[in-house]
Parts: sequence; structure tokens; C-alpha cells
Amino acid sequence: MTSTLKPVPWALHAGVLAVAVAFPFVFPSSFMVNFGVMALFYAFIGQSWNISGGYAGQLSFGHVAFFGVGAYAATIVQLRFGLSPWLGLPVAALAGALVGGVIAVLSFRAGLRGSYFALITLAFAEVLRIVSNSIGITGGGLGMLIPLKVSSENFQFAERSGFYFLILVMAAGSIALAEWLGRSRFGAQLAAIRENEDSARALGINVFAEKVKVMLLSGTIGGMGGCFFAQYFLYIDPLIAFGADKSVEMLLVSMIGGAGTVYGPLVGAVLLALVSDVTRSLTQIQGLSLVLYGALLVVIIAYLPNGLIDLFTRKRRRRDGAKK
Amino acid sequence: MDATIIASAAINGLLLGGIYTLVASGLTLIYGVLHIINFAHGSMLMLAMFGVYYLLTLLGIDPYLSIFIMVPAMYVFGYLLYKGLIGRLSSGKDENILLVTLGLSILIENLALMFFKGDSRTILVSYSDRMVELGPTLVPLPKLISFVVAMVLCIALGLFMQRTDTGRSIRAVAKERVGARLVGIDVDRIFAISYGIGLATLGAAACLMMPIFYVSPSVGHVFVLVAFTVVVLGGMGSFLGAVVGGLIIGLTESFGGLFLGESMGQIGISLIFILILLLRPSGLFGARQ
Repeated sequence: MTSTLKPVPWALHAGVLAVAVAFPFVFPSSFMVNFGVMALFYAFIGQSWNISGGYAGQLSFGHVAFFGVGAYAATIVQLRFGLSPWLGLPVAALAGALVGGVIAVLSFRAGLRGSYFALITLAFAEVLRIVSNSIGITGGGLGMLIPLKVSSENFQFAERSGFYFLILVMAAGSIALAEWLGRSRFGAQLAAIRENEDSARALGINVFAEKVKVMLLSGTIGGMGGCFFAQYFLYIDPLIAFGADKSVEMLLVSMIGGAGTVYGPLVGAVLLALVSDVTRSLTQIQGLSLVLYGALLVVIIAYLPNGLIDLFTRKRRRRDGAKK
Repeated sequence: MDATIIASAAINGLLLGGIYTLVASGLTLIYGVLHIINFAHGSMLMLAMFGVYYLLTLLGIDPYLSIFIMVPAMYVFGYLLYKGLIGRLSSGKDENILLVTLGLSILIENLALMFFKGDSRTILVSYSDRMVELGPTLVPLPKLISFVVAMVLCIALGLFMQRTDTGRSIRAVAKERVGARLVGIDVDRIFAISYGIGLATLGAAACLMMPIFYVSPSVGHVFVLVAFTVVVLGGMGSFLGAVVGGLIIGLTESFGGLFLGESMGQIGISLIFILILLLRPSGLFGARQ
């Protein structure tokens, strides 16, 4: 994965941002805006996976833990303590970071790597699902319904585009974070850990500390994604919050778009949203879009380890090579 | 609490553990030899269960007789799948295999959803409701059969690994890949054989489970984390571990449900999994690294 070392040109960032800002004005129908919200939402939580799984190489099968904890923390703050739902966003970020930190400290202290780390994250998410299903403050298996009261102070926008621009800001922030990782010393240390943990340690990198830090960051993003999701759908229950399928989707969008790349999760998320909308409108067949996605994952691992984004960067690299 | 309730919970737990052992024995073999985590294990079990379902409903073949069809069929399927796809695509990196098997399980599960639809199906055979008295409680006969066969199967697998040439080659590859190649063992073939045997045990498991369980495209989810927990608890690659681990997990689930209630009772399995990985990753019977 060499592509992370090469910074994305600023003009590309500006172009992508311009397209994203123009999108709801060009396609104002609520169907299309909803499509944009979901694509950006998956790009955002996909970036949470990408930062730890792609940049630092810590494969996780249980990233939904951060998402779910964020969703519940924000909703509990609003419904049980009667505070402003906007306060839910920082609370969710903190809760996600906390869970990320705890999982990281426990697992990395025990020296778990690779597949073992992937499996233990899955188990942590499962524990959280069972707990949220069994205790009172989360509403148990019934979940929590956020009452409808439309006003932007209440995190409920009259226009869908309000949600669109909020998630756009969040997604842009996560992309900026990934861009910073590609340029910073911290990001370079993570890349060293990803490529070979033992040599990274030999180079004097504090592997444990860097890995914990990246999980804190990843948890922060995942938690905020959970808060957004709860406010957008006004409902949360244990299966939505901690279901294994969302962990898989977070992994899929970044692996398919390009793990360890700035725009990987966005590319994967737009594709996921497109494929699921197109297959749903063309056929009644359940599961078709995930069949395509599963097949795509296998093909990507075998032939395009840097994801779909490699199709573009590879061409660019070849052109650059020809100039020299 | 009443002693008979505890005794019957224990018996039910042990019988459940037999099923878990059955599902986990193939997983522990695949891990022990290939050192890969077969994330597609649950969806392969699901495929085998649909196989048993259709053998009965379309051809009228009794689930227990289907063992003679499903075991070789799953073996061949596993052998070919490894040769043609998993081994070739993953280029030997353990995380790649994890992801390839994850991709396969997504693919297979959703193909199943397309062709078989999402509803749960059960089969009805003449002995489905037969009960036998076991100590203080009545247990369904098919459950007892599945338990006994699971134990026999694990002993047979253990003997196969100890006594036959193929078993010795498998153990040689598990211990020392390069050395095994040097003494003339075809390592790739042994990998494919191990994967095939791993799936063959699922063929047997499916035949034994269908009379007492349901099948749906997502039924594998029920078993994925449980099977990994059994394998990790017993020690990766150990059949004795799979038996003991399966029984402990079965008891944990049964007593968890009894003491903590339906919902919270499930937490025991995940907690055991986490604690074992954190504190003793080699498991109860695994070799320390």
C-alpha cells in the first residue's frame, strides 16, 4: 500500500467538495438527497474503520461497537437527561473514544494482532449488544424512539438537506483527518506499524501507544456517526446499534474503495449506495446488492489490494512514470 | 433452586454442547493446520443444512442417511473451494484469508437469500418428537443421537490424525510447513484436504442438526461466534479441546439462561471468548507458543 504516502492534490479536494455541495441543488428530490445522506454517512463511518483498519492495519470486525455506543450515549443524554440533542454529538464522540480506548488497551496489552484482534472486536460488539438488550436505560429490546419535534435546535431539520449538509461537514472533516494522516509523522508511524510491527518497534516507535491513539480517533468518528444515525432515523435498538452487518459494511466500503487511502471510504460508500438503490429499484430480489459486494471484496483482495481507487492512481502513476 | 431444575439444565447444556463440538471440530482442524480463520464456517454449515433439507423434501432421503451423501459432498466442495479459490486468492497472508472467507460468507449467504428466501424452515421426521428419559428430565431423541455421534466423530478424527498417513502429513504440515515440504509432502494438497475434512464435518453436523433445528440463510450467524469460542477455549487445533470447550460453552449457555434470564444469559459465551483471548490465548489444551 504505497498510495497513502502520496498526498492527494488540493485541486481534487476542491473539486470533490464542490460536487458534494452542489449535489442537493442539482438533485433536490428527497429521494436523491436521502441517497446523498446515506452515501456520506457510510463514507463517514467507513473512514472510522479506514483510519484504524486501513492506515494502521488493525483489522476489526466489530467497529459497530463505536457506532452503537455513540448512538445510545447521544440518545440517552437527550431522552433520559433531557439535554439538547446537539450535546449528544460530543457525548457520542467521547463515548466512542472511550470504548475504542478500552478495547485497544485490553487487546493490544494482551498482544492480539491480525485475525485475533478482528475476532475479539466482534466479541466486544456482541457483549455491548447483549447488554443494551438487557438493561433498562437503553429501553432493552424495544429500543428508543426519539419524539418528532422539527426544529434545527432540536437536531431535526425541516428539509432533508439540513441533514445532508451536516453529514457533509462531518464527512469532509473525516477526509481532512485522513489527509492529515497521509502527511503527518503520526500517519507515517501508523504505516510503519501496518507494514511490519516488529520493525516499527525496532525503529523506536511506541507501537502500543500509537495503536491506542488510532483507536481513540477511530472510536470518536464511529461514535459521532452513531449520533447522526439516531437523529436521522429517530430510532435506535440493539440490533441496529450493534448488528454485525454494520461492522461488515464499514469494512466493506473502505476495503472496496481502498483501505488506507483518503477517498477509499467515499468511493466505496457511493458505490454501495448506488448498487443497493439500483438493485432495489430494478428487481425485487433480496440480497442481490450484497452478493455483488461480497464478490467484489474477494476480487479486490485478490487483484486490487488498494481498492477501486487504485484504478485511478495506478493510471496516474504510470503517466507520471512516462514523463520521467 | 430446585436440584432437578439444575440437573436438567446441566443435561440440556451438555447436549447443546455436543452440537457446538460438532460445528467446532471442523473449524479447529482448519485452524490447526492452515492457521487460517475460516470466517465462512457458518455459511458453509447453512449450505449443508439446506442440502439436507432438500434431500429430504425433494428426494425423501432421511437426514441420518444423508450423512453418506453430505459428508463426501462437502469434502469435495471444500477441497475444490480451497484449490480453486481460497488458496489461490489469498496468497498466503492470514489476514487476506480472513477477508476472503468473509467475502465468501457474504456472497454465499446472500445467494442463499436470493434462492431460498429469508424464512426459517424445519423438517418433520417420524422421530422428531420422540423423547427419552434421561435422569430427571426428558430429552428429544435426535438431540441425544447428535450428542453421541458428535463424540464418536471427534474420537474418529483424533484417531485419523494419529494413525493414518494423511493424518500424519496433516500434523507435519501444521507443525513445520517448510520441513514437511522438504520430506516430500505436497503441502498445497494437504491444505486442500484439511479444508475439505473441515467442511465434511459440517456435512455430518448438518444431518444431525436438521431434525432438531431450523435452517435459514442467516442460521450460520448463530454458530460463528460460538464455534470460534469453542475453538479458542479448547485450544486451536485440539479435538479434545473442541469436546471440552463445546461442553463448557453448552453448559455456560444453559446456566446463563437459567440464572441471568433469556437476554443477559447469552453474554457468557462472548465474555469467555474475550477473557480467553486476553488471558490465555493458547486455550485449555492448545500448545503454548
